[in-house]
Amino acid sequence: MNLLGAPKGKAVRVVDYTGGKGVSFKLRQLGLCPGREVKILRYAPMGGPIMIDVDGRSVALGRGIASRVKVEKI
Amino acid sequence: MRIGLIGQPNCGKSTLFNQVAGYKAETGNFSGTTVTFTESKVRLLGQVVDVVDLPGTYTLAGTNPAEREVIKYLTSNEVDVVVNVLDASHLSHGLAMTVELLELEVPVVVALNMMDEADRLGIHIDIKALEEFLGAPVIPMIASKGRGIQPLFTKAYQVGKENKGPAQPRYSEDIEKYLDILENELKDVESYLKPRALAIKLLEGDEAILKDILNQKPEILGDLTSIREGLRHTRGQSSDWVINGERTSLAGQIASRVIKQGQRKITFRDKLDDILLHPVLGYIFLILILYLFFQAVYSLGGLIETPLMSLFEQFENWTVNLLGGSQNIVSELVVGLIQGVAGGVAIVLPYLVPFLVGLGVLEDVGYLPRVAFLMDSLMHKIGLHGKSIVPFILGFGCNVPAIMATRILEDKRERLISAALSTLVPCAARLSVVFGLVAFYLGPALALGIYLFNLFVIALTAKILSKLVPETSPGLILEMPVYRVPTLRTVFNKAWWRIREFIVEAWPLLIVGSIVLAALNYLNVAVYLNNLVRPLSWILGLPHEVGVPLIFGVLRKELSLVMLGQALGSMSFSDVLTPVQMVTYAVFVVFYIPCLATMVVIRKELGTKAMWYIVLLTIIIATLAALFARGFTEIIY
Repeated sequence: MNLLGAPKGKAVRVVDYTGGKGVSFKLRQLGLCPGREVKILRYAPMGGPIMIDVDGRSVALGRGIASRVKVEKI
Repeated sequence: MRIGLIGQPNCGKSTLFNQVAGYKAETGNFSGTTVTFTESKVRLLGQVVDVVDLPGTYTLAGTNPAEREVIKYLTSNEVDVVVNVLDASHLSHGLAMTVELLELEVPVVVALNMMDEADRLGIHIDIKALEEFLGAPVIPMIASKGRGIQPLFTKAYQVGKENKGPAQPRYSEDIEKYLDILENELKDVESYLKPRALAIKLLEGDEAILKDILNQKPEILGDLTSIREGLRHTRGQSSDWVINGERTSLAGQIASRVIKQGQRKITFRDKLDDILLHPVLGYIFLILILYLFFQAVYSLGGLIETPLMSLFEQFENWTVNLLGGSQNIVSELVVGLIQGVAGGVAIVLPYLVPFLVGLGVLEDVGYLPRVAFLMDSLMHKIGLHGKSIVPFILGFGCNVPAIMATRILEDKRERLISAALSTLVPCAARLSVVFGLVAFYLGPALALGIYLFNLFVIALTAKILSKLVPETSPGLILEMPVYRVPTLRTVFNKAWWRIREFIVEAWPLLIVGSIVLAALNYLNVAVYLNNLVRPLSWILGLPHEVGVPLIFGVLRKELSLVMLGQALGSMSFSDVLTPVQMVTYAVFVVFYIPCLATMVVIRKELGTKAMWYIVLLTIIIATLAALFARGFTEIIY
């Protein structure tokens, strides 16, 4: 399951992500590493970005990027 | 003594810097790069020390050019002590970079900022225990309220004098074993990093460092490869991930041992995003907030500009009389000088000051990333990102602050495209041309039509430009900072530095340009200027005389209307121009070359090449748009 398919407001665990070096570098910087629990907080309308909670901080991700983050249910 | 401030974005590092920095802070670049830092002299314990505000970074990985510059700077002899600012409310995340910083073996003091915020979240931190884990002094503080700053700098000064590096963070046994092997081999290698730090960077897969090392000691590659393979085998991950994971877990362990979690107080700030990022309400507030911002800046600006300009006009008349009338070279040049000075005053005081203060407030409150969140999908449709909306909106008042606002965009490509598009937004001065010519003589509907046409052209240009300049950023990845009440000192200091840049760098050019145009005017080169522009005015079906007003309109866009009257010998435009010519002229003026002040700011923000590209682009767009307008109006009239 990717992050876009995760239910809103429920914690999921990051498994892996696919994508270029640049993306994984930035995601890692924001603390989004495999094993970390994240939670979808809200969606921007009209196919806009999603906002997730990473360890108490809010991070906005474009849907293209969010779809590359693989997560699993806890 | 020089103290370097480092910290992750939104940790309050700039607030701390602004609390101590004087009015003479200087912005500089690391040599040969566009990575900027700000430096200021600070009085401390009867001494003057330099405090350097380094760019906010999440990590100190050498793979990112900006971060590499920061590492080089920190490890050079220029910095005596590093103050690592941490957000106490998000300790474990910040500590990951602290661990990286400790690896550099430079003297470090940790500034544990936002203690009030941590308190609100029920986070209690054992300072003593943290100091022990890190092997570096930790000073709690609240930068926004000025608390803890004195003890922090006193400690930093002391540590800098002692020049003693911190203890080294220890990784898992297997990693330490590998690091020892590499460290031994790296002892005689020359680098800005110490052997242990070098060994870590090699495991992290830093290619620039690897290249440098291999030049000096090619035989190390064998060991490095087998160590990396070994790690991949035992840990099931590539070595850069292993090192990163080690740091994260080390930071997490330290944080969990020093933090006692208490009851979290929920306040309205936690609920604010439910309203401001609401799928419907969020947009209503966005429009409201930007509208209020725009209104505040430009109504305040108008209030100051009108009396200010009439004062300058009186002064100009008085000087002309004093110098014996307007027909001699001296008085022409002096008038040029006065107009150049007045132009700067009329832009800086009335518009830039309130604009920069307002932008500073929006920035420090934490609203700008929310704008990006809300607008991202809409702006993506024309190939841009969410935050680009801010310069566009400001452009309707004046293009100068619009260009300055492109600074909120991180990406160079995005800045260039947004700056180019902002110059196409008709500012208040161009509004006066559209209204004075089209709305007054041909009716408001046509003027509105020009505005809609303008929006269409901007969207089309955006689409084309974003196709031409390849997209580099894969999409939005942005931290939303917690809402904060901005401190006045930070907001005003930031505004002042930006205004000073305009005064020092842009204003002199504006004055020189103004004097040159005055000289041209005196030399009576109207005929030549008209001939110069003739190919253009011919294509557009405009009278021969529009050359002079168009060229002088570059100085100030209002002039293209005032001087059109002078050139044609009548201010009653319907007598001398056909409706088609009026619309064509107005459309051309809306799009062509940004005014001199805007050009100067583009040059300052994005470089000379970018400025000429934008000028060329606007001439092409203006010609095409005016041709279209000509054809269109010829059909309806």
